[in-house]
Amino acid sequence: MQGQGTFNLPPAASTIAPAYDSLFYFIYWLSVFFFVVITVATIAFVIKYRRKKGEAFKLTTGFCHNTPLELVWSVIPTLLIFVIFIWGFQMFMRYWVIPGNAMEVRVTAQQWNWNFKYPEGASREILVVPKGRPVKLLMQSVDVLHSLFIPDFRVKMDIVPNRYTSLWFQADQEGEYDLYCTEYCGQKHSRMTTRVSVRSESEYRKWLEENSVTPTGDVLYKRYGCNTCHSLDGGTGNGPTFKNLFGSTEKMSDGTMVEVDDNYLRESILDPKAKIVDGFEPVMPTFKNTLSADELDSLIDFIKTQAE
Amino acid sequence: MYGSSEKNYLTYPTGVKSWLFTLDHKRIGIMYLVLILLAFAAGGFFALTLRLELFRSGEQFLDQDTYNKFFTLHGAIMVFLFIIPSIPAALGNFCLPLMLGAKDVAFPRLNLASWYVYVLGAAITLYSVAMGAVDTGWTFYSPYSTQSGGEVISMTFGVFVLGFSSIFTGLNFIVTVHKMRAPGMTWYNLPLFVWGTYATAVIQVLATPVLGITLLLLILERAVGIGIFDPAMGGDPVLFQHFFWFYSHPAVYIMILPGMAIVSDLIAVHSHKKIFGYKLIAYSSVAIALLGFLVWGHHMFISGQSEFSSMVFSFITFFIGIPTGIKIFNWVTTLYKGQISLNTPMLYALAFIILFTIGGLTGVFLGALGLDVHLHDTYFVVAHFHYVMMGGTVIAFLGGIHHWWPKIFGRMYSELWGRIAFVFIFVGFNMTFFNQFMLGSQGMPRRYHDYSGFYKTDLFERYHGFSSFGALILGVGFAIITIYLIASLFNGKKASDNPWGGLTFEWATTSPPPTENFSYEPVLKHGPYDFDKVLPEDI
Amino acid sequence: MDNTATEVIDIHGEEHHRGHPALAHHFHSMEQQHESVKLGVWLFLVTEVLLFGGLFCFYAIYRAWNPEMFINANEYLDVKLGAINTLVLIFSSLTVALATRSIQLDKPKQTVGFLIVTIGCAATFLVIKYFEYSHKFHDGLLPGKFFTNLAVEGTNPHIFFSIYFAMTGLHGLHVVGGMVFLGWVTLRTMKGAYSSEYYTPVEMGGLYWHLVDLIWIYLFPLLYLIG
Ligand code: HEA
Ligand code: HEA
Ligand code: HEC
Ligand code: CUA
Ligand SMILES: [Cu+2]
Repeated sequence: MQGQGTFNLPPAASTIAPAYDSLFYFIYWLSVFFFVVITVATIAFVIKYRRKKGEAFKLTTGFCHNTPLELVWSVIPTLLIFVIFIWGFQMFMRYWVIPGNAMEVRVTAQQWNWNFKYPEGASREILVVPKGRPVKLLMQSVDVLHSLFIPDFRVKMDIVPNRYTSLWFQADQEGEYDLYCTEYCGQKHSRMTTRVSVRSESEYRKWLEENSVTPTGDVLYKRYGCNTCHSLDGGTGNGPTFKNLFGSTEKMSDGTMVEVDDNYLRESILDPKAKIVDGFEPVMPTFKNTLSADELDSLIDFIKTQAE
Repeated sequence: MYGSSEKNYLTYPTGVKSWLFTLDHKRIGIMYLVLILLAFAAGGFFALTLRLELFRSGEQFLDQDTYNKFFTLHGAIMVFLFIIPSIPAALGNFCLPLMLGAKDVAFPRLNLASWYVYVLGAAITLYSVAMGAVDTGWTFYSPYSTQSGGEVISMTFGVFVLGFSSIFTGLNFIVTVHKMRAPGMTWYNLPLFVWGTYATAVIQVLATPVLGITLLLLILERAVGIGIFDPAMGGDPVLFQHFFWFYSHPAVYIMILPGMAIVSDLIAVHSHKKIFGYKLIAYSSVAIALLGFLVWGHHMFISGQSEFSSMVFSFITFFIGIPTGIKIFNWVTTLYKGQISLNTPMLYALAFIILFTIGGLTGVFLGALGLDVHLHDTYFVVAHFHYVMMGGTVIAFLGGIHHWWPKIFGRMYSELWGRIAFVFIFVGFNMTFFNQFMLGSQGMPRRYHDYSGFYKTDLFERYHGFSSFGALILGVGFAIITIYLIASLFNGKKASDNPWGGLTFEWATTSPPPTENFSYEPVLKHGPYDFDKVLPEDI
Repeated sequence: MDNTATEVIDIHGEEHHRGHPALAHHFHSMEQQHESVKLGVWLFLVTEVLLFGGLFCFYAIYRAWNPEMFINANEYLDVKLGAINTLVLIFSSLTVALATRSIQLDKPKQTVGFLIVTIGCAATFLVIKYFEYSHKFHDGLLPGKFFTNLAVEGTNPHIFFSIYFAMTGLHGLHVVGGMVFLGWVTLRTMKGAYSSEYYTPVEMGGLYWHLVDLIWIYLFPLLYLIG
């Protein structure tokens, strides 16, 4: 299903990848050439002019200057760097200039999960795109820096809080690919990964329709990564367990007692820093920008069902 | 330890106090050397732990928080406590005045102060580690660094203090080179080690204050929330990156120029041949130092900076390859028609040429705008900078230590063990890091505690496993070096004054030198590399 | 520690002022020593300029991003007090220069006088700054998250005050540092340590003080006069 990768590079699964790979291999062979010249010359000289055991020091030649030679190794690399620069720059402009007809997917990154919002309203933690259509990712972060990286497409872009960044690609092979966060973002940086799924246009459509209905709370609980901090079985993680949470009375870090009702749950999810449960750090991110109203309802219902 | 009849800077005066309050650049150099090697051992400990954790996919024995702290500590210790001071503060301190034919550096008290400031900075850093360390990565990127739970304030303050130590050393060296040269020693008679250290000192003085103010503002940001870097308060996190790299890119040339400086000297002396293109090597150091200030943005091609800045930074980045290439070709040509001794220091010098070339050429991949998009923040970058820092600077440092060891301590180490250890280091190093290039270009991101559950996990595991195995071999190599060097202090053969047949001033005095360096007033009679005119007996 | 110094053979027979007590053992002559110290201090001043240079960059960047906010916020600074401080510092630059001149003419008493006036100016500067600061504290014109004044218009006015306090605060620390150093030089001058033959510390103190003054001369218009 996937195109074969090479020894150095993964499968080339986007339209930009083959162009990328030829620039890569151009510099690669150039480097091999320089490396071989330097290494072979070094080894050859060492063997040829090696001092014999016990041989006394003698006066050596004063050969220490040769203009043509020095010109050769200044001018040739200079010419080469112009080639590399211009080629690299053209490559970069292909990344930078986003085709006008690209379909737009909104990406929200937060510690430590991804959310993709599709044009028709679906919203998922995985990236599903149709084959053969340019896709633009319009990305924002709600907390710290992140970076979206799909090796098989050769694309990567940082995501900066308080501004949008974007990237684009056009996948031309159906298949499943890895997507990584490549800007260090704290504890679970290495788990902030997900899948990209490239499907035919019709299957993509089908998928979109299936996902336009709001999923149930237990699905959202995993999708938005609540499970990374909140358990259902009473165990304490980064955050308090959801077991028997609803209806209980809890102590906050400022000493006040709070009864857990719908409004408190709502506030805890949308504005977690407002009230901090005693004994926990205020590390929970806000989900204000990620959850739709329906999703919020489902989640709160889900938490309620965790109480007997 | 040493023949007590003989008075040299090591044996006289005696007592701990005479060391702690010494103004002698040679003793200060040794005191630096000891601490720097300890820092290296600490950084190496963290490195080996990282490698063991990455040996297989899934969590082995470090949890995520510990792993994140360990790579931060590994990077921060290696960069700020080890590699930046390493060659200038230890070998530079020892050799520079000797090579100039001076009695000391220009400001001996400042020199001692810089050592104490280093100790203070190291102490603060240790305190930070003891209180729970930091998990921000050595780059301290905002806004994570203003939010994370770690000891960011004390750690950055430690680095801030260490900066002063670096500035003091640099300032001292610049003045020393300008004002303390022996009669007859013109700029073009300076050993290339001096040229390289001089260029380094210029960067230290010009770049470090900017890091200082940036860290100070980061500390303020965390302590009182001034809002300059924090996006939640209208600040700009990308601005922090600009300021960080404005220092930290020139800093990579603070690391490599002294390494190149050592190699220039070692190649000439051990091939007993006049260095090829002396002036070009000297100028290229200065050119690298200056160009190094204009390329910091190549760390930020996809950070959200404008594409125009990216273009300019990429363009200038490539130009550093020219003077660097000139140096490499000049070293290789120096070997031509020489009289080459393949002893331990020379092995390291030759290894430097090969390994640094790999590191530098892979820098060209990263400097090319389009290519960096895919390679940024993958193990390709990790491999690149270990090839230049470990394969470049550390290898050169090892070469320098072996080269000047007889002069510093008056003892020879075991040549046989020296060569054995070299093989371990060379093989172990390449096993550890060469496959990381493929690992990275295949897509493995850096700063990842765990790589299980990916489509490529099996592929990553093969490379990572091999790399961890190589790191162990590397560790054995360093253990061997530690043992035979320490042993040489006790039972090494006494070193002659000029064991390698060098022509610079430090070889003209006794091994070890007397307190005031020379028992006579040195006057320059020939160039540093006149192996075509002068035999070592005649210096 | 000087066990080998006696063996030094003077082979190029140049004039040595070996006699002067202030000549360190590793220099050949007073002149070499003076030149070295001077170069060293100049380099030190370069690092200082770069340290502040970082802050000036922050200033420039944020001003370019929020030009209106800067102008609004600048109105809350007291131009009169700032101007007085500028005059005080310029005057002190003059006196510190005169101090160097007097010692070159071998008039240590005058030197002491000029130095004390300089230190007095520095103290005046700090007192005025104290009044300015306490006024700002009172009005809630504080850096970053402590900023509580709602009257200032524009986006993120707290950043202007972060920059204001960072710049003037760092400068203030330098003023304090200068007072300490000049105080030490004054004491040494009173003890008769300097003369026209050796006055390096007086001159270097002056150089440093000029820099502190110069930085203020940039800070004043950039912070107070942009309206
Ligand atoms: C000793 C330290 C050192 C040195 C000397 C260098 C040298 C160079 N580095 Fe490296 N670099 C680092 C340490 C160093 N680097 C570190 C620590 C990082 C990562 C930091 C982090 O993120 O944690 C980094 C990251 C880094 C990046 C950012 C990557 C990323 O994060 O995406 C880039 C991009 O341009 C780069 C480029 C270069 C270049 C072009 C050189 C050049 O100076 C190399 C010049 C040498 C040659 C080119 C080879 C010899 C020349 C010839 C044989 C002639 C022929 C040449 C041509 C035809 C061009 N480096
Ligand atoms: C000078 C710089 C330097 C040096 C020498 C090294 C050396 C090594 N480094 Fe590291 N490294 C960095 C600088 C350096 N590193 C930086 C800046 C980072 C980035 C951090 C970040 O992302 O924030 C990094 C990151 C980094 C990573 C990536 C982590 C990640 O992204 O998740 C890895 C993984 O393999 C690694 C491994 C190693 C290994 C195996 C060595 C080996 O070469 C180590 C070998 C050394 C030893 C084994 C010690 C042996 C010593 C003795 C036996 C005693 C000698 C003592 C006396 C003589 C007294 N390093
Ligand atoms: C980074 C870890 C983290 C994630 C992810 C996270 N939380 Fe939390 N959460 C916490 C912590 C820590 C607390 C306790 C401190 C506080 O009150 O803010 C908490 C508190 C809560 C509370 C109040 C609990 C109580 O005992 O009063 C609710 C409700 C809640 N979270 C819901 C959610 C939901 C729903 C999600 C997912 C959509 C989620 N959390 C994701 C860390 C997290
Ligand atoms: Cu998100 Cu790393
Ligand atoms: Cu760089």
